[in-house]
Amino acid sequence: MKPAPFEYVAARTEDDVVAALTDGHTEVLAGGQSLVLEMNYRSRRPARLVDINRVPGFDRLATGGDVLRVGPLVRHRAFEGDAVPGPLGVLLRRVVRHIAHPPIRARGTMLGSLAYAHPAAEWPAVLTALGADLELAGRDGRRTISAGDFFLGPHTTARRPGELLAEARLTLLPAGTRVGFAEHRRTHASFAQLAVLAAVTLTGGHVSAVRVGLVNAADRPVRAHHAEAALLGRPLDDAAITAAGQAAGAQDADPRDQPYAGLDYQRHAVAVLTRRALAQARDEG
Amino acid sequence: MTTVHLTVNGRPYELDVEPRRTLADALREDCGLTGTHLGCEHGVCGACTVLVDGTAVRSCLMFAVQCEGARIRTVEGLAADDGTAHPLQDAFSAEHALQCGFCTPGFLMLAAGALESDPEMVRDDERLRELLTSNLCRCTGYEAIRRAVEAAGQVSMRDTGATTRS
Repeated sequence: MKPAPFEYVAARTEDDVVAALTDGHTEVLAGGQSLVLEMNYRSRRPARLVDINRVPGFDRLATGGDVLRVGPLVRHRAFEGDAVPGPLGVLLRRVVRHIAHPPIRARGTMLGSLAYAHPAAEWPAVLTALGADLELAGRDGRRTISAGDFFLGPHTTARRPGELLAEARLTLLPAGTRVGFAEHRRTHASFAQLAVLAAVTLTGGHVSAVRVGLVNAADRPVRAHHAEAALLGRPLDDAAITAAGQAAGAQDADPRDQPYAGLDYQRHAVAVLTRRALAQARDEG
Repeated sequence: MTTVHLTVNGRPYELDVEPRRTLADALREDCGLTGTHLGCEHGVCGACTVLVDGTAVRSCLMFAVQCEGARIRTVEGLAADDGTAHPLQDAFSAEHALQCGFCTPGFLMLAAGALESDPEMVRDDERLRELLTSNLCRCTGYEAIRRAVEAAGQVSMRDTGATTRS
């Protein structure tokens, strides 16, 4: 189908964007790879779009100190290369190949994915598990919220009407951190049915720091605290990995019943994927 | 209505379009270039894939008003001015990589974008297969298409090599 009529504003500055958003009937057009298709379905009919594709600097992807700063127009594709240093770069590279396919990754953006908050999206769980900060810009200035507090449910976030998701800040993972990602989906370009990411730091052969994140295993992205607790202080061996998988499936996951998968199946699959992500972190680094 | 200036296959166009006009519809209806096909109109099938400033994108998921000043390339721009087929078109023909032909313009532009940025990508079987998951074909299956893109990639690499040597 064709979209319903709307007004179009091509913003040149962040102030333009924020000013356009204050009317309450305007949506941000970044990559448009979800928004435009929903407009084509006419399931969304914004009265106005503010296009941020020509705002200078919005595509910034920069590392300063130990922080990676991601602007609102950084496409998924930007994470396929070696732009992000160290183990965080390795993790993002492994994850990004699971997002749709090349033409969509050439347009879609990381921050757009966060704002859209699709339950099966990979980035929200990555940023939640890694404790990223998100900066929102509105008429009354800027505020920062942790990714863990940003996602409230499917397609529901703490972003208020009139706010632009202006930046994501991720702390780089220290050298020597080992990362893994495992996803279950029906075909290569399908949405994730479930996915798990892991970042593990070993000190003296024992886990000294660990983050585990679950995609599509609850009504919002999950940081798997129970799985992390099962690993901390232990060697990253089969026994610890099995225990972490068990904890992730039984305690951290809070799956919804799906037409294609019951609750027991989903908990089992979370355990399996957690084991695979951790084994990849251990064996491939 | 908004006036948009864009270049399609080297030719400048000035279009008066509503903001809701997708790039795909602008190409088909306003430029008269019906080689770009529309299948699903939600970014899944890839039949509408064109190159925007050299990058393969879904023209059903972009608005024409976003393309002010952009250089667009469609399937009509693949063959040389004298009608000589593009190596991808030759390869698709030789490998029987199409039956009904509906998906073909999208696959050609998807592959053209990938080969122009890095013809060596065809050496990596997994990367080539991943690229081809971007679009849907309901007739031939994908193996003939994969062979065709691989063959065209080999030609591109040979030509690039020849240019370097001369």
